[in-house]
Amino acid sequence: MRFLSLFSVCCFLLFGNAGCAPKKELQKPTITIWHWMTDRELAKKYESLTGTKVNLELYAPSDAYSQKVRAAAQGINLPDIFGILAEKRDFASFVKAGHILDLTPYMEENNGAWKNSFFSKALAVNEFNEGNSYGVKPGVYGVPIDIMTIQMVYNRGLFKQLGLNPKEPPATFQEFLDIGKKLKEANMQGLVSGWGEVWMIDCFANNYAFNIMGKDKVLATIRGEVPYTDPDWIRVFGLFKEMQDSGVLASGIVTMVNKTAEQLFANDKAVFAFNGSWCVNVYKGMNPDLDYAAILPPKVSDKYPMSVWGGAGSSFMVNARSKNKEEAVKFLLWLTDRDQQAYLAEVTNNLPANKNSLTRIPDILAQFARGMESATHPNVWGVSEFSAVIEAFDKGIQSIIIGEKTPEQVAAEVQKIKERELAKKRQ
Amino acid sequence: MRIKSTLENYIFVMPAVIIFSIFYIIPFIWVFRYGLHDWDGISPMMTYIGLGNFKEILEDKVWWNSMLNAGYITLIALTFQNALAFLLAWACDREIRLKNFYRVIFFIPPVLSEVVVGLVWQWILDGNYGLLNHWLIHLGLPNLARNWLSDPRTALTVVAVVHSWKGFGWGFLIFLAGLQTIPRELYEAARVDGANAWQSFRKVTIPLMVPVAVLVAILTILGTMQAFVLIIAMTGGGPAYHTQVPVLRILASMRGSSRFGYACAQGISFGIILIAISFIQYRFSKKARQM
Repeated sequence: MRFLSLFSVCCFLLFGNAGCAPKKELQKPTITIWHWMTDRELAKKYESLTGTKVNLELYAPSDAYSQKVRAAAQGINLPDIFGILAEKRDFASFVKAGHILDLTPYMEENNGAWKNSFFSKALAVNEFNEGNSYGVKPGVYGVPIDIMTIQMVYNRGLFKQLGLNPKEPPATFQEFLDIGKKLKEANMQGLVSGWGEVWMIDCFANNYAFNIMGKDKVLATIRGEVPYTDPDWIRVFGLFKEMQDSGVLASGIVTMVNKTAEQLFANDKAVFAFNGSWCVNVYKGMNPDLDYAAILPPKVSDKYPMSVWGGAGSSFMVNARSKNKEEAVKFLLWLTDRDQQAYLAEVTNNLPANKNSLTRIPDILAQFARGMESATHPNVWGVSEFSAVIEAFDKGIQSIIIGEKTPEQVAAEVQKIKERELAKKRQ
Repeated sequence: MRIKSTLENYIFVMPAVIIFSIFYIIPFIWVFRYGLHDWDGISPMMTYIGLGNFKEILEDKVWWNSMLNAGYITLIALTFQNALAFLLAWACDREIRLKNFYRVIFFIPPVLSEVVVGLVWQWILDGNYGLLNHWLIHLGLPNLARNWLSDPRTALTVVAVVHSWKGFGWGFLIFLAGLQTIPRELYEAARVDGANAWQSFRKVTIPLMVPVAVLVAILTILGTMQAFVLIIAMTGGGPAYHTQVPVLRILASMRGSSRFGYACAQGISFGIILIAISFIQYRFSKKARQM
């Protein structure tokens, strides 16, 4: 009996009061973002301005992040905003699978105000053009948050120690190779880079492929119209042998990860580094007094301009299936506005994607920013090389550096794999 | 009554069977199913290609080369690592001073994180600033100094030795436990019969340790063939393909090439190879015990 009375009282408290309770205000949604590096201050600021909570979930390193995004896509469980750290082919697969919102209508609003605020090369990485080879509906599918270029940097202090003029970095490949002799005499390490993480070798080789044979021939090779055994490609492979023979490459570069390369360069233990503009922040953290400058890789030929990989550093995509997609787009619009971009550039030392925010950036960042004029990226080429070919290409270059294979052998091996992949595609 | 008893038994076993099915059997079937498809792991559509992926594996030279590399590391682990583990266990089983201290020391490497061990050894073996080269030069042996991890002649062996250093503690522990189960009376009886230390070791210790050695060998093979964290941390699979192992190839197919279906087929093939190796080894050791 006592239990029954207690139960009745509880029921009254729970349900009887429900009618008298004041109506709750409509709650603003919470936007969830998965990112691998971010600044949380802006999320707090956005919440204070709009009431929309931004939940930033950090997943690092980038490999783990990439894997998480892929797994979430398989389970149709992606957050409202996420990034894709992969090739354009994978990006296209995400779009075709309906995971990514087409942002074109938002970009085109107000006479394209949002679209026009970005560096066109940064936006291009997230665009699919008419008649693209991936079969994706043309449009803009991502928002660049920052931009990057991958260039060479040299240590001005070590340049002086080598008896070189720090204001005159090598302008030609031969001048670069000539430094090898001085490096050997001084027992100094030359070029360091994350060539153990093979994509940076690919990037370096592509820069020279553009310089030696021009963009059209590189793209024709990817389409399968020019073989990798072409003399121009053998010349590209040969550059790595020349660098190794001259002594400009740091010892152990073939298994070096970029973090190690950054430590060596930041601690005055290597004269050159091949790295992205993100290195400014990294070097600043490791050695604020490091005296260095950024340059384009020294050119081999005058026939075609030297190109470097560049464009959007990191980009955000909106989940097309998210119920908060409108809020997510609004947040990205705010995040890429001039003030927020300037703040991000100041805090992270990354180059802002909004071209109106390039005002108060340090000189070294401005040097990297100038590289945008020469920037290109596989994601804007419209065609993608087969992954197996890229792997054979990069590993082949490692084999050349360790003296295991000749440029001709590597060229023949890469071409063989290319033909195999083309044959598979035709089937 | 009997039916009731059987039913009760099944009810007790059922939770384990359900958990095993959900987490082992069903994923295995799904992985096998994916292995029969050409799929990038993202697209909602998969293309059925039958045994196409498995056929491609047979022709994949890099895959079989990685298998050879894993075999080489396993060989070093089976010989160097297990011999070291056995000798140290044998030493610690005897009445020596500080034996408990040594037991703890020898078991430290296995409990350390593989990534940390890999990075520490990478630093020790670094060609430019590594401790090993520093000491070699200091000891007047500069000719031996080299870039241990970037030199194709040394990279795989160095990785195998570090893997053995990291893993010998497990073998040590199992061998020690095995040695402690040998009745002391057998040694006393052998001594009474005039056997010296070597004869006791050969006629008493070794025969009684064969089952333990078989267990350690199977665990070593399975563990070493699947090693990859240490290798990623030390060389990333390079230079070129010199330290590539099967698990790294599976990862490369899945992440680098976005060939999810092919990666699943590689996983299945690799699993079958491991089962076959374990089975063959078990049969051999069974025969050896009967002899």
